[in-house]
Amino acid sequence: MTSAPDAPEQGFRLSQLIYDTRYRSLTIQAIVFILVMGGAAWLVDNVIQNLNDLGKDFNFSFLGQRAGYDIGNAIIPYNNDMSHGRALLVGLINTLWVSFLGCVAATIIGIFVGVLRLSKNWLVARLMTVYVEVFRNIPVLLWILVAIALLTDVAPSPNAYKVNQQTGEAQASMLLDSVAFTNRYTAIPSVHFDRSLGSLDTALAPISLNFLALVIVLIASIWVNKRMLTHAAKVQEATGVRPTMWWKSALVLIAPVVILAIALGINPEEPQIKGFNFTGGTNVSNSFVALWLGLSLYTAAFIAEIVRAGILAISKGQTEAAFALGLRANRTMSLVILPQALRVIIPPLISQYLNLTKNSSLAIAVGYLELRGTLGGITLNQTGRELEAITLMMLIYLAISLSISGVMNVYNNRVKLKER
Amino acid sequence: MKKSVFFGALTAATLTAGLAGAATLDDVKSRGELICGVNTGLVGFAAPDANGNWSGFDVAVCQAVAAAVLGDPSKVKYVPTSGQTRFTALGSGEVDLLARNTTWTFSRDTDLKLQFTATNYYDGQGFMVRKDSGVTSAKELDGASICIQTGTTTELNLADYFKANNMSYQPITVDSNAEGEQQFLAGACDAYTTDASGLAATRAAFANPSDYVILPEIISKEPLAPAVRQGDDQWTDIVRWTVFALIGAEEYGVTSANIDELAKGTDNPEVNRLLGTEGDLGAMIGLDKDWAVKAIKANGNYGEIFAATIGEQTPIGLARGLNAQWTQGGLMYAPPFR
Repeated sequence: MTSAPDAPEQGFRLSQLIYDTRYRSLTIQAIVFILVMGGAAWLVDNVIQNLNDLGKDFNFSFLGQRAGYDIGNAIIPYNNDMSHGRALLVGLINTLWVSFLGCVAATIIGIFVGVLRLSKNWLVARLMTVYVEVFRNIPVLLWILVAIALLTDVAPSPNAYKVNQQTGEAQASMLLDSVAFTNRYTAIPSVHFDRSLGSLDTALAPISLNFLALVIVLIASIWVNKRMLTHAAKVQEATGVRPTMWWKSALVLIAPVVILAIALGINPEEPQIKGFNFTGGTNVSNSFVALWLGLSLYTAAFIAEIVRAGILAISKGQTEAAFALGLRANRTMSLVILPQALRVIIPPLISQYLNLTKNSSLAIAVGYLELRGTLGGITLNQTGRELEAITLMMLIYLAISLSISGVMNVYNNRVKLKER
Repeated sequence: MKKSVFFGALTAATLTAGLAGAATLDDVKSRGELICGVNTGLVGFAAPDANGNWSGFDVAVCQAVAAAVLGDPSKVKYVPTSGQTRFTALGSGEVDLLARNTTWTFSRDTDLKLQFTATNYYDGQGFMVRKDSGVTSAKELDGASICIQTGTTTELNLADYFKANNMSYQPITVDSNAEGEQQFLAGACDAYTTDASGLAATRAAFANPSDYVILPEIISKEPLAPAVRQGDDQWTDIVRWTVFALIGAEEYGVTSANIDELAKGTDNPEVNRLLGTEGDLGAMIGLDKDWAVKAIKANGNYGEIFAATIGEQTPIGLARGLNAQWTQGGLMYAPPFR
């Protein structure tokens, strides 16, 4: 019996790179890789060449120069004598602030709407459908513009709050004598302490030690509360009876902070109309509110759909089993359905957070100066460093996005199904 | 929205390699069209009418250059640019010429690699307030909210002015003149600040212009000049001398009415040189002999353009002031055509 003839022994031929299936995919990959790298190199070379032709260099020293412009809504101390780098930081913090508040609001609204859209109540379910369809099908920029137009046109100007000398009355009156809605900002009371512990000067911003103390006490209370709850769970496991916890928790969480705050002499500092504008309190600018509202309502519509999809992904049997155990509908939702639905919800939710953060760059439309407005707007224009500013801005957005998905992935790993 | 403009400009900067260095004159001639960067809409300076035809003081510069180079003032493509996008548009080669009330400053001239040709309007930054606010001087604006266009020199002037006078203000940043107008009318700011000419033009478009006053203080020098890219001296000369031709024409009494008559030859050698009947100045900048005739014919001389677009007979109602001829006590002064 003869064995099957071996493949003819011969050397490697170049044509094998195309005709031999063993090598073909490698060949294609190598060619594509070379083309892509070549294209990138050509682009980079072109940029360098053009910069040379224009007599421009690529350096970031402009970040150290005096900015010279003012920013209306800086969270950290800033004035026009500070550097472009500082203005960048102000913008970055504004971006993070509005994104953070936007994500929080969008999540809360989104979960509510998503759950209610599955409600058995016909009217509620339809209303939520209308909300979702209206908000997610109209560009977010338009929502932001609608919000600013409403805020600007509906509210009176600060002047309307001025007391007329002749009549002794003002055209508009403040809500509870402490909140004033105007067409520029909402003036709200700010927190004032009679006794100050001083403040800690950091490079970023001076931090009031009073606030620091309150935060530390609050964190300590939360930790103690957690210990107490763990203890209660142990007692429950051992005896089957869970000790009444709610008033103890409330006491531990609230009492220390309140006592400390009173000891420090906390009182609200109410805004007063003085000259053209309110002073004394905090003025939350309409551009910020409009941006925040637009971003959160828009993103909430998407989150609602994600939440709904997550809930629908949990089999009906889970609900029926919970009902069979005697759990009420709302307990079923919060104890059985939502925790499982989270596994489906979290990954697409990350994308929504990233979208919201990136969409915050639309702030330029309403004049809220965040990263795009300071670094990518005024700084870019005043220094003429387009390439540097845009590159830096892209890197910063990339870093923010990667951090958000990093944090959310950690959370996702904690809630995802643990297979043992 | 804006981001795409930047990326567009970036891509343009990378892909259209070498364009910036090439001769703009040849590009314009082979294209048969001048691409002119103008304001997004400032009545009197550059604004499209209901039919999409642009007109205005800055537009007249574009048309004069197009007439001088291509022989036809209508061969202009207008690219509306915002305060933010204008320099990128020019630098990337998207536009050949930027005639968009742009202030000539040191850093723009040197660091931004622009070439300002010749000042065609001497302006200064002012403030506009509502009449019923009772404000009569910019010194009374302490604590006011002020609407300001981003990406302009006015932003820096404002900061400097309030600092120098030890006053505070709340900047309300807007992206375009239209948005500033809207915010100001809605009362979102106490004062609107930009170049005084821009204020006058903006006010002219209001429903009740008399309810608003422009404060007397002028807080800066704003020489507005058409700009081109650095590194193309021939093109710079063409634009610069076209503007000077318009200014000179007014000084020598050359108007759109009598130019055909004068172009046949006059007793004044300077006029003859300007209009190409004596010598050949056009050839020195790569244009026809009668380039200036065509440029002046487009919309008339500087004085005629001024009167027709922003002068006292128009709703904008700007007086000549600093922009009168030097012989009338103004700053408009064309170097000799020789």
